Amino acid sequence: MGNVPTSVKHCLSYEQLIQDYPWLGSRLQEEKCTLTREYPEYVKMIEVGPRDGLQNEKEMVPTRVKIQLINMLSETGLPVIEATSFVSLKWVPQMADHTEVLQAIHRSSHARYPVLTPNMHGFQDAVAAGATEVAVFGSASETFSQKNIYCSIDASMLRFEEVICTAKQQQIPVRGYVSCALGCPYEGPIEPTKVAEVVKRLYELGCYEVSLGDTIGVGTPGSMAKMLHYVMEEVPSSALAVHCHDTYGQALANILTALQMGICAVDSSVAGLGGCPYAQGSSGNVSTEDVLYMLHGMGIKTGVDLSKVIEAGDFICKALNRKTNSKVAQARSKSS
Amino acid sequence: MGQKVQVGASAGKALPQRVKIVEVGPRDGLQNEKTLVPTEVKIHLIDMLSEAGLPVIEATSFVSPEWVPQMADQVEVMKGINRRPGVSYPVLTPNLKGFQAAVKAGAAEVAIFGAASELFSKKNINCSVDESLQRFEEVTKAAKEAGVRVRGYVSCVLGCPYEGQVSPDKVAQVAKRLYSMGCYEISLGDTIGVGTPGGMAELLEAVSREVPVDALAVHCHDTYGQALANILIALQMGISVVDSSVAGLGGCPYAQGASGNVATEDVVYMLHGLGIQTGVDLPKLMDAGAFICRSLNRKTSSKVAQATCKL
Repeated sequence: MGNVPTSVKHCLSYEQLIQDYPWLGSRLQEEKCTLTREYPEYVKMIEVGPRDGLQNEKEMVPTRVKIQLINMLSETGLPVIEATSFVSLKWVPQMADHTEVLQAIHRSSHARYPVLTPNMHGFQDAVAAGATEVAVFGSASETFSQKNIYCSIDASMLRFEEVICTAKQQQIPVRGYVSCALGCPYEGPIEPTKVAEVVKRLYELGCYEVSLGDTIGVGTPGSMAKMLHYVMEEVPSSALAVHCHDTYGQALANILTALQMGICAVDSSVAGLGGCPYAQGSSGNVSTEDVLYMLHGMGIKTGVDLSKVIEAGDFICKALNRKTNSKVAQARSKSS
Repeated sequence: MGQKVQVGASAGKALPQRVKIVEVGPRDGLQNEKTLVPTEVKIHLIDMLSEAGLPVIEATSFVSPEWVPQMADQVEVMKGINRRPGVSYPVLTPNLKGFQAAVKAGAAEVAIFGAASELFSKKNINCSVDESLQRFEEVTKAAKEAGVRVRGYVSCVLGCPYEGQVSPDKVAQVAKRLYSMGCYEISLGDTIGVGTPGGMAELLEAVSREVPVDALAVHCHDTYGQALANILIALQMGISVVDSSVAGLGGCPYAQGASGNVATEDVVYMLHGLGIQTGVDLPKLMDAGAFICRSLNRKTSSKVAQATCKL
């Protein structure tokens, strides 16, 4: 008949859409030209569900569930999937099975599987377990750094320098994170210049990309734009990513703002799993499904199959016996 | 409202200094409740919303109680609320009969509801778009004579549950007709929440060619989590009127699976964070949201309200 129901259109990947409705090809090209002139053509999605998401579960998630989740996510086309964390089991018991997980997952040739490594000890364990990419976690807030990793920002940088230098020698890329980029649960608002300073340090130490985390989700498009303005004076946008929490419902608007400013890498979590246990009241990584829905609707490519992400989300929610935080997943399940 | 300043602007787009929030919770929100909400609860909610500083609060609906039993106490609500000076309390009036009843009950502003989709119009109000516009013309004519303001709504602006994609030009045509017949403002409704920022931009470009942007509002549903992003784009394109619903109450009963008006608390949080004035007191708004959720025995759909509760 010629009409593709909007809800269907928005749920299919670009490639699948063209396959199923070939006549749409030229139409979408036109749309893309109108709509993406101010936006990146492609956005890299960094899936943090298996680590950032599951890390916050109170109940121990069985290792096989973690492995299956990661394998399902690999099938979706996600280019980066944060697999696990080599932090001390004492602090994060949920990630105690890090070696088992990393060794058992089926690694897609199209994806990368970074793991968190807070220090040399963790880094060495990660490499021994087969890690080919690692991540280090800094903070823009002194108090948060003290409370989260028990040292000052400066001291943490020294720790990371060690990891990054060693990683460089072994040709292992390192991704940096900066938490509290838009606000701290202890200090309140954080000066964008401070954020820029910390980001710059991580970048100059050798991180190929730095992810800016709105840890407690308090940011709004205004504060996001301001912070990015200062950060982008020190580090190129191509080396930046945004990691927005949806605690106050602002994540998609903040991500949109970041895209408008030239950012083209976005962290998100399948089914909106997880948040930060150290930030009081904080919950809600932004859902990968909801971000994909927005990007695809705007004609921005991601290479990710939204329906498969929804399936992975369904799987993990069943396994955890909880409802998804993704509105797209909720809408899809109500209409089916 | 015509003044534009560089307030936390993204990529050089100026945002309005002030945004008018049109609170639709007491009508659009409660209309979708299965259990009948006691009249005194509705009245108290509206009074609390007035205290929160909202400039426009859609109070009730003069549709036939046969179709919308929830709004059967329309006259009692209109007479029972404590009207704050400077605040508007529009009511829905689908036809002349409803309009007359509304004016008799003391309404000083009314609203009419068109659709950009033929199928949706047939299924929702049992007539074609053209027929509905003719009906509305009777209302706007009578309203002009009575000195009553009329607000127009267009549903399915970014997608229809029956027709799928909706052409922005069709929306523009319907909006233009409503505006020409005397509606002072046209609210563009993403009825099933399928819209994304690209579609919203395209829509507004088409509609603002026919209706001045100062006379446009957006009514976004958050069914797919896209509402705030869509609202942000709309602001960047010059829109300065936003519809929302306290605690995210309500949605469209005719759109399968649709739920979730965007929560007023979440919109206000974003606007205030952008330095945009709304005149709304967020803590008082959250009190109103907490009240109605307690009365309905349900959790709020507002993330701001959920976050604040935990701290």
